[in-house]
Formats: sequence, C-alpha cells, structure tokens
Amino acid sequence: MNRVSTFPQESQLRRLLARRKRIGWLWQVVFLLATILVVLSLIVLLYNIVVGAFGYVIVQDKVSPQEIVQTYTDTPEAALHTLSADQYRFILEQNLSKGLLRRLNSEAPLTERSREELYRLVVERVVKPRVVQSYSLVDSIFERDKIFAEAAALPHSRVEFRRWLNLDFLTGKQASVPELAGVRTALLGSLWVIAITVVVALPLGVAAAIYLEEYAAVVANPWLRRLNAVIQTNINNLAGVPSIIYGILGLAIFVRGLEAFTSGAAFGATADGATANGRTIMSAGLTLALLILPIIIINAQEAIRAVPQSLRQASMGLGATRWQTIWHHVLPSALPGILTGTILSVSRALGETAPLVVVGASTFITIDPDGPFSKFTTLTIQIYQWTARPQDEFRNIAAAAIIVLLVLLLTLNAAAILLRNRYSRRLV
Amino acid sequence: MNNGTYAIELQNLNCYYETFRAVKDVNLQVKRNRITAFIGPSGCGKSTVLRAINRMNDLIPGARVEGQVLFKGQNLYDPAVDPVEVRRRIGMVFQKPNPFPKSIYENVAWGARINGFKGNMDELVEQSLREAALWDEVKDKLHQSGLSLSGGQQQRLCIARAIAIRPEIILMDEPASALDPIATLKIEDLMRELVKNYTIIIVTHNMQQAARVSDYTAFFMMDRADRAGMLVEFNETGKIFTNPTDRRTEDYITGRFG
Repeated sequence: MNRVSTFPQESQLRRLLARRKRIGWLWQVVFLLATILVVLSLIVLLYNIVVGAFGYVIVQDKVSPQEIVQTYTDTPEAALHTLSADQYRFILEQNLSKGLLRRLNSEAPLTERSREELYRLVVERVVKPRVVQSYSLVDSIFERDKIFAEAAALPHSRVEFRRWLNLDFLTGKQASVPELAGVRTALLGSLWVIAITVVVALPLGVAAAIYLEEYAAVVANPWLRRLNAVIQTNINNLAGVPSIIYGILGLAIFVRGLEAFTSGAAFGATADGATANGRTIMSAGLTLALLILPIIIINAQEAIRAVPQSLRQASMGLGATRWQTIWHHVLPSALPGILTGTILSVSRALGETAPLVVVGASTFITIDPDGPFSKFTTLTIQIYQWTARPQDEFRNIAAAAIIVLLVLLLTLNAAAILLRNRYSRRLV
Repeated sequence: MNNGTYAIELQNLNCYYETFRAVKDVNLQVKRNRITAFIGPSGCGKSTVLRAINRMNDLIPGARVEGQVLFKGQNLYDPAVDPVEVRRRIGMVFQKPNPFPKSIYENVAWGARINGFKGNMDELVEQSLREAALWDEVKDKLHQSGLSLSGGQQQRLCIARAIAIRPEIILMDEPASALDPIATLKIEDLMRELVKNYTIIIVTHNMQQAARVSDYTAFFMMDRADRAGMLVEFNETGKIFTNPTDRRTEDYITGRFG
C-alpha cells in the first residue's frame, strides 16, 4: 500500500489549491456583503430619523398675535410676548370657554401661575399656531420654492425651518399640539425608571451570579447539585421570555399585589389622589429590573467563570477564605465583564416599551416625576404614542424623541465603557 | 504529640473523584527540613497526593479523601480541622506562575494581611523577597504589576508570596515545568536554600530535577488493574536512582517506560 500515491499529482494539486482559494474568496465576499448590508440598514435608519427631525414647516396662526394685542390691550403696538401677567390672564379669560378655564384653574390657579406660563397658555390656547404642513429634510432642500409658494397662499402663515429637536423640545413638557410638546417629562421618567432598575438589578444579579458560580458549583451533595442545575436552566430560560410577560407579572405583583409599597403609601409618601395607586416609577423600575435580572446574572456568571481557576487556587492556597478570595480577586477581575453585561441589559431596559404599557405608564402627563412614587411616562412610551397619531407633525417629534433616546443610550454606554476601561487598566 | 523528625505522615491515604479511586493506600513519611520529590508517569496520582496534604483537593467538587494525613500528630482530615487553617500552615506553589494581578509588593503582602499580620509589612515583604532570591531584581519596582515580570521571576514571586505567611511546609506542584532551563536552575538553587527553614515537597516530571534537588524520592505509578495511583517505592534519592529495589522503579528511571 503506497500512501503517498493517494495524494494528487503536482499539476492536479495546483488546480485543487486554486479551487480552495476560490471558495475561500467566495466566502469572504459573502461576509463582506453581510457587513455592508448591516451598515446600510443602520444608515437608512439614521437617515429616516434625521430626515424626520429637521425640515421646513408652514405655520398658520388661528388668530394673529397682533390682532389679539389690538383687541385686548390699550397698547396696540406692543408685541404679544412683552405683555404683563395680568394682561395675559385677561386675554385668557376673554377667549377660553368656562369649562377649560375651570380645568386650568383646578390644575393650578391662573393667579398663581408665572408670566411665562401664562404666555405659553395664550399662545397655545388663543393664538393657536398650527403647523399646517411639514416637510422632510429632503423635501426642504429640493422643493424649497414650492413650499414657499404654498405658504404665501395661506393667510397669516409663514415658513419656518424647524429643528424639531431643540432646547425647547428637551425642556418642554408634554402638550396636545406637537409644536409645543417636549420630552422633559419622558426623559426624566426614563432616567428615574432606569436608575431604579440598575440599583435593584445590579446587586441582586451579581449576588446571584456569585452564589451560582462560586458556591453552588462546588457543593458535593448530588441533590443540591441537581437543584442548582434546575435553577440555572430556569434562569437561562427566563432570559428568553418575551418582555410583555414581564409586564403582566409586574402588573400583578408590583402594581396590584404590592400597591401599598409601590404607591409609596407605606412610607407616607403619597400626596395627591392621582398617585394613589401602584402605577409608579417604582413599579416600572422593579418590573424592568426583573426583566434584565436573568441577563445580568448570565453575563456576570460568564465573567466570573472567565476568572482563571489559578487565581482562586493562589488565593485559597495562602489561607484565604472563600469570601476573601471572591472579594479580593474574583470580583475585581470579573468586574469589567460584569459591567459589559450591565451596559447591554440597561440598554435593553431603556428601550423597552411593552412591559411599561402593561404596568401603566401614563400617556399624557405634564408633571415632572419627583421621586420613585410619581406617575411617569418614558421616552419609548412617548415615541410609541406620537408615532400612532395621524398628524404628520407628531411623526416629526417622534423622530426627534428617537434621537434623544439614542443619544441617551450612547451616553450611558460610553460612560460605562470608560468606567470599564479605566478599571481593567488598573488591574493589569 | 510532637513527632520531631516527620513533618507529614500519610497513612492509608485514598483519594477519590466521585466514585473513581485515583490514589490508593499511600503510606509515606516526609522528613522535616528535607526536600521530598514525588515522581512518576502522568496520571499516577502524585499531584493528587500533594494536593491532599494541604486540602486543596477540597476545592474540587466531588473530590474525597480517606485515610489520615498527620501533621504534628494531628489528622488534617479530622472534622475539627479547618482547611483554611491547614493551607495557611502548608503553603503551595503551582505549576504555572500565578501572581495576583496586583503590584509586586501587594502580591507578597496580601497573604500576610488577610492572615492578620500586624508587624512591619515593608520588612516582611523585603525579607520574603530576599528569601525567594528576587529582592535585587525587583526592589526598584515594587509597585509595578506582578504580571510584568518574566516567567521565572513570577514563579519566585509566587514562592515569596508563599513564604511570606511563614508556613511550615511548602508544596510545589511542578514549579519549574513552565520555565526555561536557566530559570529552572534558579528555582532549584532557591529550593536548596529554603530547605534550611522549611520542609519542601515537590512534584516533578523531570527526573534529573528530582535527582539534583531532593533528599528523598517517592515513585508513584498507576495500577493497571484498577487505574488507581499507588506508591511503588519511597527511599533516599540516591538509593532510588542508583539502586532501586523495585523493578518498576528501575524501568522508569532508566527510561524503559513512561
């Protein structure tokens, strides 16, 4: 039996090699195409958002501001924004229905509201500037003349270049008209919810991961080992449960079951009737904490498992207890990995909508959340609400809100990555 | 009861992993202030026996030990004995250098600190590094990472770390197998120096190393019948290498198998 002869001849070998290289090249092209496709879809996504968030609008006032000044004040030449609080109040009282005035007064009496607030009300309720038409960034660039011609045809209207994402949008409260609506409440709501989520889920998750990796993994009792395997399997499965299920769970446990706690009643924190139920930041934060707990646990376990066994042996060999080994060596080495997992899961929590809808995020709320027991809305809920509205302008502010959400995510991630890099540098 | 000549006595030691018996019926007496080498082919249980001495086997799930390990007349596997205490008195150096990802200083000081050392730490660190023949090489960079050292230096750092807590016995599990010949030689010289103050037990694959450094040698082998490791012969190193009584020992050290 001649083993060598079973290999191809030299000429054949070259042909074969060329074929092998061709196949390799083909796969390389496939991988490149996949990458290009991913990048392209990201670009399309960003394009869509940016195009929606900036562009020309045609604004039409229901009543022109000058007309109001002429009718209700004795200084017909003054501009509307220079009037006094009393004058604004007079204008409001003259123009709004009794029912609306009563409602506004019950929210906060007009006499106690600041001048700026009253001015806002006058603009919102009396002048009623309406965006009658909004254009995407692309139309704004390429069909500028047509837009201006259309605006000229409408009485008291003007063309404005609108950056839907602007400072007023960031600091403005929710409003029923898109031009005046802002994301302040939603942004604060998101931050509050995510803060509670992290504060609850991170220590719990890391503690569970330490137990599973460092203690449960070394028990000798076969029954306990089996129990631990069952627990582990369940945690892995929990990571794949759809988020809306967690919403239902949160509704049942936190909103209903633990209402006394999540509404703050148990701490005497609740003030007005509006917050006297469990649909609070606390419930939402705890629900999202449940949602990301399995992810944090699994990631932390991976990180702890990746700590070399030799490090544990070195520590134990010096007469350290298991706890000293964990605290001084395992955790510091695993921390960068744990942080990475936390970044991922916090990003996921920040982008969740479905469970919050179930838990009872408010869809329209103008009061800033002032603690864990406030009613709340979040950016995602706000975006969801706005995209569902029929008017084009809501889609513009939804795009702007998406940019805010993305920037928030990127900021959080960047902060965590910086933290992680700083920590892992100190270790080596 | 303080038996002056023996640091460790193994009596009918059997080691199990789950139900598998890895080591059977080892009886051995390790003399104080001597170097005892464990040699034998792979899988013969010599590392398992070594780890049984300071209860490192306890850390492996499913590992179990039967029989007695006597240290100063006390059975280390008595339920009243705390394994943490055992490891504090019987130190260990591992096959692969495994310094902590901390500074050189901290590597040496950490073990002492967690064990409640109250004296002058700087002095202890210097003394330990001197004993490990590393002081001159690192005295100017004590606050650099222990991982920045070469492999041989790292291993000596691990030895310094082990002796910083003043153990009575030092176990070395193939301490030079990951090092080059020059670093190996340094470690061997160091061992001859350390044996004046400590009892050393070393596991090695390298028979020349056993012949060079050890006073006593134990030859282990796997029993073909039940795949359990067993002690074949234990004697003074000179006898083992020049005039072994067991045929299998002779076959192994002359290179006829293994």
